[in-house]
Amino acid sequence: MRIHITLDGQSVITREGDMLVDVAASNGVYIPTLCYVRGKPCLGTCRTCSVRVNGNIMAACTIPVSDGMEVEVNEPEVTDMRKALVELLFSEGNHNCPSCEKSGRCELQAVGYEVGMMVSRFPYKFTPRTRDYASNALWLERDRCIFCQRCVEMIRDKETGQKIFSIESRGTQATIEIDVELANRMPPEQVREAAELCPVGCIIEKSLGFNDPIGKRKFEIKSIRERALERVDK
Amino acid sequence: MNQKTRQILEHYHSDKTRLMDMLWDLQREDGYISDAAVASLAEGLNLSALDVRETLSFYHFFHDRPFGKHKIYLANSVIAKMNGYDDVRNALEQETGCTFGGVDASGTFGLGDANCIGLSDQEPAMMVDEVVFTNLTAAKIRDVVTQLKQGKTAVEIANPQGVSSKDVAYVDAMVASNIRNQGAVMFKADRDYRAILKACLDTHPQEVIETMTNASLRGRGGAGFPTGLKWQLGRNAEGDEKYIICNADEGEPGTFKDRVLLTRSPKDVLLGMVMAAFAIGSRHGILYLRAEYCYLRDYLQQQIDAFRHEGLLGEQILGAAFDFDIRIQMGAGAYVCGDETALIESCEGKRGTPRVKPPYPIQQGYLGMPTSVNNVETLAIASRIIEKGSDWFSAMGTDESTGTRLLSVAGDCDRPGIYEIEWGTTLNEVMQMIGANDPNAVQISGPAGDCLSVEKDGDREFCYSDLSCNGSLMVFDKSRDILHVVRDFMQFFVEESCGICVPCRAGGVDLLHKMELVIAGRASQQDIDEVTSWSKLLKATSRCGLGTASPNPILATLDKFPEIYAQKLVVQKGALLPSFDMDAAMAGYDLAQKSLVEEA
Amino acid sequence: MSDSTVTEIFSHELPATPWDPAKKEIERAKIQVAMIGLCGCWGCNLSLLDIDEAILGLLEKVTITRASFTDLKRIPHRCAIGFIEGGVANEENIEVLEHYRENCDILISVGACAVWGGTPAMRNMIPLEECLSEAYIDSPTAVPGAKKVIPFHQDIPKITTRVYPCHEVVKMDYFIPGCPPDGAAILKVLDDLVNGREVDLPKAINRYD
Repeated sequence: MRIHITLDGQSVITREGDMLVDVAASNGVYIPTLCYVRGKPCLGTCRTCSVRVNGNIMAACTIPVSDGMEVEVNEPEVTDMRKALVELLFSEGNHNCPSCEKSGRCELQAVGYEVGMMVSRFPYKFTPRTRDYASNALWLERDRCIFCQRCVEMIRDKETGQKIFSIESRGTQATIEIDVELANRMPPEQVREAAELCPVGCIIEKSLGFNDPIGKRKFEIKSIRERALERVDK
Repeated sequence: MNQKTRQILEHYHSDKTRLMDMLWDLQREDGYISDAAVASLAEGLNLSALDVRETLSFYHFFHDRPFGKHKIYLANSVIAKMNGYDDVRNALEQETGCTFGGVDASGTFGLGDANCIGLSDQEPAMMVDEVVFTNLTAAKIRDVVTQLKQGKTAVEIANPQGVSSKDVAYVDAMVASNIRNQGAVMFKADRDYRAILKACLDTHPQEVIETMTNASLRGRGGAGFPTGLKWQLGRNAEGDEKYIICNADEGEPGTFKDRVLLTRSPKDVLLGMVMAAFAIGSRHGILYLRAEYCYLRDYLQQQIDAFRHEGLLGEQILGAAFDFDIRIQMGAGAYVCGDETALIESCEGKRGTPRVKPPYPIQQGYLGMPTSVNNVETLAIASRIIEKGSDWFSAMGTDESTGTRLLSVAGDCDRPGIYEIEWGTTLNEVMQMIGANDPNAVQISGPAGDCLSVEKDGDREFCYSDLSCNGSLMVFDKSRDILHVVRDFMQFFVEESCGICVPCRAGGVDLLHKMELVIAGRASQQDIDEVTSWSKLLKATSRCGLGTASPNPILATLDKFPEIYAQKLVVQKGALLPSFDMDAAMAGYDLAQKSLVEEA
Repeated sequence: MSDSTVTEIFSHELPATPWDPAKKEIERAKIQVAMIGLCGCWGCNLSLLDIDEAILGLLEKVTITRASFTDLKRIPHRCAIGFIEGGVANEENIEVLEHYRENCDILISVGACAVWGGTPAMRNMIPLEECLSEAYIDSPTAVPGAKKVIPFHQDIPKITTRVYPCHEVVKMDYFIPGCPPDGAAILKVLDDLVNGREVDLPKAINRYD
């Protein structure tokens, strides 16, 4: 059904039930996301896509649009909230961009630039986290995990459908885990898929390292904003 | 795969949605859940071992390594700390020979902390294996631990008469109900459940819903959603199956009314579930019982069995074309499961992670089917409304908050326990009723709720539009240090955050640290401004009610007791920030020098 | 840290060639800018030099009192703008940062180390005792049988328990991320401040690595 919503004051005709984050992108309004993957079930974990819907703050990846919806994206207060959420992630983990293989290809970093982060307003926590090198083709650099749950929900063993990645424990104690046996059965293309799906440099393909030169890296060629907006048009 | 694991899998038909029960069965058998057991279970359920661990590691009371023959959890609530908690804690460590978080050398005792275990009217209190001990003192600890060392079981100590665990006397042997007044709605003796249900089933389900709507009954869990509307939505929803879930996971610190209701009037609750099922067209009910109330399990199962025996549950209930039955689902220690979608995930054998809403449970809940999740008290009240009529009920209370509600009262008062008050009662009236001594602050609805100043808020009324209390009420007199209470509450939210969303998981820690800064006398106005701003972020962007409510302890006390913060704030002198702790910054080197060089 | 039996002379107290009074007056009338490094690799200081000839346009308005080319330990007089490289990792860093905060109107964290601790802050995940032990006591290069020593002398600043971003020690007004930030980023911030514009580091030159 064709419906009509208001997006930052602009009247937009769209289809009922489409996800707000996609509707906004189709209309040239970029909303940063970290856990959301277009076409996959929404995870709603990072909250970075928070916008104001009919006066309430909501995660745009979790909201199907409905007629008459009033949406504010680039309004100062909610813009600052999105920035604050990105800053929370930078202070929670140990995000040492200069030493990270994913730098330049990292969605968290790219979104950091988009929201204009210079520093985190929250105290940097420097939580000790251990690495996991046990599987053959992948390793986990847990310092960088943002618990988006993309790998947990979207990467499954081809044969059994079982989870390869999982979350252990809860809250501040939570850790990302990898099932070594299942991981060692992953075909090379699935290994690459997992490493690329990870929005940060937590799931890293072994023996690859810093494979693109500075200036030629993914988000230097085309920013995350351009990619988000362009993908919708196609 | 060993025999026991195979039996467990067979018993639950290898249904992975029953993983919680299987983990409990394994732990009961072996004392903990070994890696080998996890592997077998995973194999039998076609899950990866880590998937099983996702669930296992989420819950406080599941253990993946030995945690002693006797598992002891001492409640560390603020109320306990007002009543000799430290002595009890020390006595436990001394008598058992182990430190908190660990197991003693012989593997006899495991000592752990627990957040509120629903006994705030008789704290300090602890869980030992499947029973509880209340009103603890150091002497009582010595007695209990000595008996355990002599080989007695915790059940034998708590229940020396050897009463069956199916009998209410078993519960009464260890826990007092402390019902302090007799109201119009709850705890009625000699109800003719059969006749009441018969009369209900003789009407149309739509009439049951209308009765709820006319009575203006609202959910007693806290959110106050109209019960009639919820059931109507459930009735209208499409689904091959529909489910009724009774939320007996009252984890809000300070609350224990559901414990007392399930002890004294379990059939009121069961009857409410049957009526709800009739109204929406459900055949299956789940009573989700928090692990802290495990000593009620056999008794409640007995009540369910008795109901079934009387024909009030099962097939063709009282001859009507209506089948309905109830199973008990045990929780395993996670406050967040009080959120209805987290509770449903838990019922499905998963981590208690709140779902993304919409869809709401009433549209897609348990196993993706329409599910009505109702509070224990709501269901008990519903059964009374059907019995006595909506006019009888709505004549009580106020226009928008009809009827009565139960209060769980704890803290600085002469008569802690359960009170039934009509909505519209004022805070001062309640203070008088409970014999509050020189009350200063009153925390209602637990840490997630509001902090009231008796001086400023005494005339305010308990009702949905003002003091919308979920039943927890804790009183603090003028001698109590409110800042420490707030710090404890913030710690509680950090410990209980499921961690699925960023603001609650990471931001809660920052708020806790700010409270510690205030208490240490190193915070400035700038810190308070940041607390206010960050609180707003958590409230606006968290995924579920736990996160959105987590800043409340600070915000409420900043509002009601600004002076206690003002006294602690410092003004910056010189260039260094007051929050920068020079002593701590320089301490590390000296300590290292001492231990590595001087003492080596 | 100081010992009364030892006479300490700071570099800014040493005799220096006197300024041409006329030139001094001109320079003193300009906006005074200083830059110092705390616990960093000096790379951000080099980025300031990397501005190269692009700085010329600003030299009408600003003068640089302390930077890599004037090796002063103290700012000779009050400055409008202070750039700080590096985080706070020892007692001296605290003292220097305090001195800059007291003597600069605007203080700016430059680079990853100043902004959040950077590479030196990798030690924050490990207790200091373990770090010192690994470096000096159980070091692979420790001389077998030698007396165990952790360097300690009044001239060696005591290391802090952990590495702090500058803004956890004193108030910082602006932040320029990067490891190091490009000279263009430092210039942009300086240019905004000098010309009274709101500081705005465009996305195109904001880098965390």
